[in-house]
Amino acid sequence: MTTPRNALVPGGAADQGPASTTPSGDSRRLIYGHPSLLAERPTHYCPGCGHGIIHRLIAELLDELHLGPTTIGVASVGCSVFAYDYLGIDFVESPHGRAPAVATGVRRTRPDAFVFTYQGDGDLAAIGTAEIIHAAARGERISVVFVNNGIYGMTGGQMAPTTLLGQHTTSSPEGRDSSLAGYPIPITEMLALLPGVSYAARGSIADPSQIGKTKVMLRRAFEDQLGGGRTSIVEILSTCPVGWGMTPQESMDHVANEVVGVYPLGVLVDRRAAAAKGA
Amino acid sequence: MTAVAERPRLMKGNEAMADAAIEAGCDAYFGYPITPQAELLERMARRMPELGRVFVQAESEVGAINMALGAAATGAKVLVSTSSPGMSLMAEAMSYMAGSELPIVLINVMRGGPGLGSIGPSQSDYFQATKGHGHGDYRVPVLAPSSISEAVALVADSFELAARYRTPVILLADGIQGQAMEPVMPTFRMPDWDTASWELTGADGREPRVVKSLHLRPEDLEVHNAHLQAKFATITEREVRWAGEQLEDAEVVVVAYGTAARVARTAIERARADGLHVGLFRPITLWPFPSKALAELAPRLRAIVVVELSAGQMVEDVRLAVERVPVFFHGRTGGMVPTPSEVVDRLRVAWALTAPTP
Repeated sequence: MTTPRNALVPGGAADQGPASTTPSGDSRRLIYGHPSLLAERPTHYCPGCGHGIIHRLIAELLDELHLGPTTIGVASVGCSVFAYDYLGIDFVESPHGRAPAVATGVRRTRPDAFVFTYQGDGDLAAIGTAEIIHAAARGERISVVFVNNGIYGMTGGQMAPTTLLGQHTTSSPEGRDSSLAGYPIPITEMLALLPGVSYAARGSIADPSQIGKTKVMLRRAFEDQLGGGRTSIVEILSTCPVGWGMTPQESMDHVANEVVGVYPLGVLVDRRAAAAKGA
Repeated sequence: MTAVAERPRLMKGNEAMADAAIEAGCDAYFGYPITPQAELLERMARRMPELGRVFVQAESEVGAINMALGAAATGAKVLVSTSSPGMSLMAEAMSYMAGSELPIVLINVMRGGPGLGSIGPSQSDYFQATKGHGHGDYRVPVLAPSSISEAVALVADSFELAARYRTPVILLADGIQGQAMEPVMPTFRMPDWDTASWELTGADGREPRVVKSLHLRPEDLEVHNAHLQAKFATITEREVRWAGEQLEDAEVVVVAYGTAARVARTAIERARADGLHVGLFRPITLWPFPSKALAELAPRLRAIVVVELSAGQMVEDVRLAVERVPVFFHGRTGGMVPTPSEVVDRLRVAWALTAPTP
């Protein structure tokens, strides 16, 4: 990967904002910069895809929590398998759907590492259902970043278990019909029932305010692991403009107006916060 | 480091292999209950936590082998065990680990197939073990013990090969070897294990590392495959193992491994008592197969008799290895074991049919 640029260096992104109050720069306050762990190169993701935003959130949080040197990420199969090309941390690549099992092996043999998986909805909610359910049932001390765009993007836009009813995909050309293909699976709600899941939440990247809220959820999930919590999961409603046949703006609007009606946003369970409150 | 016990112990095969792995320094074990290897998992369930090491009973063989993949990526010395139907479920991750060059040791205590088959002993996973479990151009070393003492030794050897070549290694046993008890001289051994140059620890003070099997550009994947093939060629050159018994004057030779070799040994004693000059050629590495050694032996032979607990799998490699020597076969399937008498009968047939014309 390319050498990360220090955002505090003059001429970096931080210099371009209005935060500078004196010409000397001594009292400037950094409010925005390039995360040191995020590679400075264009991603291969399509215009309007959410992965770039979510990669950035993870890079920011790993920087802010000083986790870069101790993190081992587990990449899964799908467009985001290349997360390791953009995040400057150790990574192991998992077979399709098996990331929570792979993360279990990493976690058990590296008890001091920060361990997270990055999985799409085909990966986590279809082929990898057994692995995520049982990692959560065991309460593996891992964080799961679950990016749900309701479609198989990498293979050309086929129906996923998360696809909305009526949604047209290349394998549901007349729209998803519940009599043939069942119903969208609310897997994060299912996981939130398990006592091994200490934090579960659903955010989106549909607009800057939602992105900010999603970052808070991810931070809470990561801190949960660092604080001795068990499994933490943040589902992030994301986009696939190419697979959906929409422009980037239309796809963001679709998340905000349609998808959140099926997959409501919010914190589903936060057992450590609940325990602290009860104490 | 070698620790030799004072005297033999009576041990069950599954438990002896578990102990051998523990003494070899196994850091982590992942498994799923399946007959006839369950005692191996049970032994690890008790002993690994006592030693402060990792034991996880997974939700499936798929889960177990992928936990092994993750643990191996951190440089841990990992053991997985299963039996035939479970091996089929592990095929996917075996391909990924071969591609990612991750060392693990996998013990397959074979049972009768196909499908759910039986829980009796079998050697019908020879093709699967030696020709490929998952997709892609790859092989992994396959070691086949014919006694529990040998299984103990081969567990340590398997870890050594795994680390030396950054590859999964299969120890191919069968239901008899898993279930039987016999006196074992536990020559436990702690092999070398150095993964420091590639293991994942978190990128503290160094460039990030990625353990992966994806090489999306065909040009890159071909280079990676060339690297793997070169490694397989080195293994084939250096790691072939076999054992011969009574080959000096043998005119007919039994080729058999594992439990079949033990049956053959008894048959050979009986046939020799009847004046037949017969011997045993026992492959210990099934891949790489001892083709060269067999080819060198073959010109001296009238016939070869292959004995397997299968419908005939290794016999194909024997036929590929030798020229002009008639190759006979005797096998039993489904969990049935050939008797020494059956093998003696087959030896007599081979002996008679290939008798030099006066």
